[in-house]
Amino acid sequence: MVLFLVGCGFAVLGGVIALLVNGSKPARWIATIGVWIGCGLASIPVISALGDQAPHPVQWAWSMPGGSLSFALDGLSAFFCLPILLVSPLAALYGVGYLAGHARSLKAVLFFYNVLVASMLMLVATRNGLLFLVVWEIMAISSFFLVIFDDEHAHVRRAGWTYLVATHIGTAALLAMFALLGAGADSLDFTALAAMGRSLTMATVLFALAVIGFGSKAGFFALHVWLPQAHPAAPSHVSALMSGVMIKTGIYGLLRVLTLLGAPSAGWGWTLVIVGLSSGILGVAFALAQHDIKRLLAYHSVENIGIITLGLGAGVLGLSWGQPVLIMLGFGGGILHVLNHAVFKSLLFFGAGAVAHSTGLRDIDHLGGLLKRMRWTGLTFLVASAAICGLPPFNGFVSEFLIYVAAFSGLHAATPGTVVLAIGILTGLALIGGLAAACFAKAFGMVFLGEPRSDHAGGAHEVGPTMRWPMMALAVACLAIGLLAPLAVRGVLPAVAVVAGGDPGALLEAAGGAIRGLTGVVYISVTLLLVTGGLLLFRRLLPRGKQQTETGTWDCGYARPTPRMQYTASSFAQPLVDLFRTLLGTRKRGMAVRGFFPARATFETDTPDAAQERLFAPLFQSIDRLVAPIRRMQHGRVHEYLLYIAATLVLLLLFWKAGTR
Amino acid sequence: MTSHLNWGLPLAAWLLSPAILGIINRVKAFFGGRKGPSLWQPYYDLSKLLRKGSVYSRSTSGILRAAPPVILACMAICTTMLPWGTIESPVSFVGDVILLAYLLGLARFATVLAALDTGSSFEGMGASREVQYAALAEPSFFLGMLVLVLHSGFQGLSGILSGISAHAGHGGGLLLLLVAGSWFVLLLTENSRIPIDDPNTHLELTMIHEVMVLDYSGPDLAYILYAAALKLWIFSALIVNLIFPLHSLPWWLQIPAFLLGMALVAVLVGVVESILARLRLLQIPKILIGSATLSLVALIVKWMG
Repeated sequence: MVLFLVGCGFAVLGGVIALLVNGSKPARWIATIGVWIGCGLASIPVISALGDQAPHPVQWAWSMPGGSLSFALDGLSAFFCLPILLVSPLAALYGVGYLAGHARSLKAVLFFYNVLVASMLMLVATRNGLLFLVVWEIMAISSFFLVIFDDEHAHVRRAGWTYLVATHIGTAALLAMFALLGAGADSLDFTALAAMGRSLTMATVLFALAVIGFGSKAGFFALHVWLPQAHPAAPSHVSALMSGVMIKTGIYGLLRVLTLLGAPSAGWGWTLVIVGLSSGILGVAFALAQHDIKRLLAYHSVENIGIITLGLGAGVLGLSWGQPVLIMLGFGGGILHVLNHAVFKSLLFFGAGAVAHSTGLRDIDHLGGLLKRMRWTGLTFLVASAAICGLPPFNGFVSEFLIYVAAFSGLHAATPGTVVLAIGILTGLALIGGLAAACFAKAFGMVFLGEPRSDHAGGAHEVGPTMRWPMMALAVACLAIGLLAPLAVRGVLPAVAVVAGGDPGALLEAAGGAIRGLTGVVYISVTLLLVTGGLLLFRRLLPRGKQQTETGTWDCGYARPTPRMQYTASSFAQPLVDLFRTLLGTRKRGMAVRGFFPARATFETDTPDAAQERLFAPLFQSIDRLVAPIRRMQHGRVHEYLLYIAATLVLLLLFWKAGTR
Repeated sequence: MTSHLNWGLPLAAWLLSPAILGIINRVKAFFGGRKGPSLWQPYYDLSKLLRKGSVYSRSTSGILRAAPPVILACMAICTTMLPWGTIESPVSFVGDVILLAYLLGLARFATVLAALDTGSSFEGMGASREVQYAALAEPSFFLGMLVLVLHSGFQGLSGILSGISAHAGHGGGLLLLLVAGSWFVLLLTENSRIPIDDPNTHLELTMIHEVMVLDYSGPDLAYILYAAALKLWIFSALIVNLIFPLHSLPWWLQIPAFLLGMALVAVLVGVVESILARLRLLQIPKILIGSATLSLVALIVKWMG
């Protein structure tokens, strides 16, 4: 366990040295090497914890009341370390190339990146409520400084501000939750908290606070408003780390608190199912309406968090109904999707970053034809797109398969609850999958296929090796997890055992059917690759298989097509956006085409975030009106401020005097 | 009880599926008062295309060339999961229905990307429509499957389908009819048939599936056409397994009965194509939601009964 903490220390050390070193290039490499060494050291205890040998927990005294410096790695912590350990080094390496062209000082971004990595690792290992909050806050602050890296732009500052407010609303809920959890206990150690008995009402209040607190980090719909602002604002390797990995600490926290609360009620499970379905469907619907590729990816994080939460909801319902299959496959599918999403979403952000780096554009409608110009970026982006849509043979299919099987297997009880759950999961996942496929057909198709829609896109070039290799590594991981699916299910078993509190043997038995099914899936996936290869070969062996003529695309008889006439991302998504118009509230502006020979026309659409526009903006405005009178006290006259201080002092003295009497 | 002989089922599917297209065309010719092409015309077309060279657009990248093998491989693999009555499919495992649905999804994803690869507005338009209808069709497929699983337990597709026909006697008939009706709408949608799409139209603006494959020629077009025939076979086979009482026959009679059923579904598709006009594109989502509703009604029937 000490080795794990030493690993975190190395990551921070790398960041500190990067602060002291002069010159951008050595600083970038030193910080990256710090992350690599730190993650390498930390991975040793994590891997042994995923096996049967959990490292010895450590606990040191801390002067804070109720606090102790205690760390441990169980199956759940170790599994959540995997995405951190996999993505952080790759994103750091990617950052070496990505940050190369920046004229600004990189010291802050390098330092806070390393602090963020270390704080995430420590967060999943802490075993004390107070320490958890402190590390949580370090994580939030360091990621805030990463988001505002480009702070000369107003939209970046606004994004940073939104993130800061959103994360602290979450922290406030968590503060309340830990205060209530620890009421009456003399220590906030998790073991002590778990041992306390609680009434169901109390536990439900705590659960609700956990959903709000952790949900604002994970990005549950309505609490997600910071994601579509912060991810486009941050540098791409930071977006990859935040979207792929950091938001999962919210899921981790929710699961950890579930282990502290005792037996869950069915209502909690239904809450998670509803949260999951609404995040999933609305996340992908909003993603469809976006033009900015990083904003689109940010909404897909909301969608995938929805899929994860849907799985967790099924698991919680399984706990309360006593159905081992639902427990194993629901939690298992959800937790495995945490890893899968980390892999393909980081890859997608790397790809979007490479496109932005190479063309200077993020607007999908101005891109096109990049596959020919950026072969590796394009191919790896394609792999990640297929994976995020849950298509076989990639990793996204494996975790979604588990959740589907959970829903189908739950039906054998044939109670109203299981049937409603199955309807929700099956139609929900199928709809999310279909819409995600539409959205990534749009994202990949419009960015990488066809002809370039602007000169910038036409002049694109492939990115350098430090950015290319991390993308290739993650693409390989997408396929590897897909082809090693039965092993992946076994890997997630220790984590499920911690959450469900059952013995792993019984859970493995419950997963038996799904593992056999996944074995079949793997066989079919391999067959699919072989048959595709065979058909490619057969086409070449045909009598005139190698005879190929090149010509223009069939233009239906129109003589002078230009790249601007291609279907755009907006037109591609329009039918589906129209279908969801009541939810999305897409605004259209433009001049109608008039006359027989219209000279010019403009058309613009824009889909603002519904939760921000309709929920938070009015809420904060009314709070603003409410507290406006108080603002009169703050006017910049220093002598009156001195009067406030004196008055406060006198009041406090009187108060103290009254107390002691 | 699967043996090597069960591989005869997908083999038959691979050999006979183009004939289904031939039957549909003959039925449409009959309603049009024409004699129509031979039943074997699709085979002639395929063999002619395979002997040709290819023409590719300069705008395209490798995606257009890689898509046809992927699409055909997905369809060919899906046919190995289809049982004929109580004769099990050679490939059967828990959750194979999920894989079946997602392989169809993979094939669609490849088709759509290949269409966007050409940079043609018309192909983009078709692709946009295709993904819209598919997103609505998939929940409907899974709702129908939910009803069947509730009836015969969760197992491989062979088990689910043979279980359902074994119980069809007492009150299950209505259930099967509703799910089959729901899936028939999916068959028409997924295979771009009237009233959703018209496989024979010559106006690019109105096409859905056909416009996405406009830029294919030679062997690639052969792959695409053959994959389309297999896809039609897959959906027809699901429906035949649902509504034909195959389970009550001895196994050797099930084979001709299944083939007869496939021919009848093809005739039905031909009749629907001949007597209905195409729907306006804006109406199609309503039809698909209607299809999901049919399965939902089946669920309620199952619940009450």
